[in-house]
Amino acid sequence: MSHRSEHVVEFEDVHYRVDTGRELLSELNLAIYPGETLMLLGRSGSGKTTCLNLINRMLVPHLGEVRVEGTATTRWDVIKLRRHIGYAIQDVGLFPHYTVEQNIAVIPKLEGWKRQKVALRVEEVLQIVGLPSREFARRYPDQLSGGQKQRVGLARALAADPPILLMDEPFGALDPITRAEIQREFKSLQRKLAKTIVFVTHDVGEALLLSSRIALMESGKLHGVYAPQEFVNSSDTHVKPYIDAFRISQQILQP
Amino acid sequence: MLEFVHNHGREIVTLTAEHLWLVVVSMVLAVLAGVPLGIVLTRRPKWKALILGSTNVIQTIPSLALFGLLLPLPWLGVRADRLTITALVLYALLPIVRNTFVGITGVDAPVRQAAAAMGMTSREMLWHIELPLATPVILTGVRVATVITIGVATIAAAIGAGGLGEFIFRGLAMVDTHVILAGAIPAALMALIADFGLGLIQQVVQRRIH
Repeated sequence: MSHRSEHVVEFEDVHYRVDTGRELLSELNLAIYPGETLMLLGRSGSGKTTCLNLINRMLVPHLGEVRVEGTATTRWDVIKLRRHIGYAIQDVGLFPHYTVEQNIAVIPKLEGWKRQKVALRVEEVLQIVGLPSREFARRYPDQLSGGQKQRVGLARALAADPPILLMDEPFGALDPITRAEIQREFKSLQRKLAKTIVFVTHDVGEALLLSSRIALMESGKLHGVYAPQEFVNSSDTHVKPYIDAFRISQQILQP
Repeated sequence: MLEFVHNHGREIVTLTAEHLWLVVVSMVLAVLAGVPLGIVLTRRPKWKALILGSTNVIQTIPSLALFGLLLPLPWLGVRADRLTITALVLYALLPIVRNTFVGITGVDAPVRQAAAAMGMTSREMLWHIELPLATPVILTGVRVATVITIGVATIAAAIGAGGLGEFIFRGLAMVDTHVILAGAIPAALMALIADFGLGLIQQVVQRRIH
């Protein structure tokens, strides 16, 4: 069943609980617009990652419905749904027995693309993430630095040109300099790619830098959705601690 | 000793060939049964206790007793080689099933998660990710099983299936060390060579897989 909808992803009264009965998510209502980058911000255990996993049906809600392009995830063909959505995580999960090139080509090949088209696309996405194909295509994951792995992970997520990207703290494990570098590049990429991105982070700075909107998660509930500027100026008692924490780190820089 | 080898050279070759045949057929069958069984365990964890448990129990049955137990079975008991091969396959199963299971479940969680979230079907994940990454571990199981099988196959002579055990049992009956060694030395060499050869294959695979 398809709803006419201008939302790419919608959560409607979603509840998710683990087998022991503990609710990880409750009463979640959230709509994500095409082309925006929605940041799910919150502490560890607040339900951010659970949200992501509900979108590509790695998890299924116990109550309510998650819709992708107007169709409930449970009504999608799960393989089709997942190939429609790019996925990049902190641990990257590159396939260690495949070269960079082979890692990126996995889904296009399974989708039956012609060899030449696959090769062109690999080159293209490697260029997008700033890794010269000549130098990197033949390398194995254990011959890459953390930042390079993360770039390959992003390239792999982009390979089949999915309209939606899910990113779970993709830059979380990088050293601060590499992280800042990748964040900057990602920022300019967002405009070029024009994808709908759902991005999980606990880093306020990252959220402010990269988001169109910030969805603040608190112990399994959506506390509110804010534009970055709105978030900074909010006097909400749940938002304040994030801003304060962020300001402290900034103050050191300002004499 | 040299004289013995000279006189029995032909027989040593024949029995070694018989032995090798028993081992190779058994190992091929054990791999064909054991690897799929191990894969099934990763897909149906509920069967794990049953299958690993029963392969474990088989391992604890002394080989002579297992031959004896299989003897009354209709199709198997008729021919010594069928019976021997069945017993050898049963012994070889445990290391292969277990290592297949361990190898596949040992694939890093993020790798598995990425593969699933990218939209790989369970079968694609098996062929493209899990089996290639589990191959070194599976090969270790095959290696262990092969060495065990070469050893146990000497007992096959007790039920008339031939192989190097012929010399060993004959030598025991004759209280003749030379005859015993004529069976024991080739069997030991075969085990060493198999272990070394499979080790090499394993290294090559490991290098290709990284």
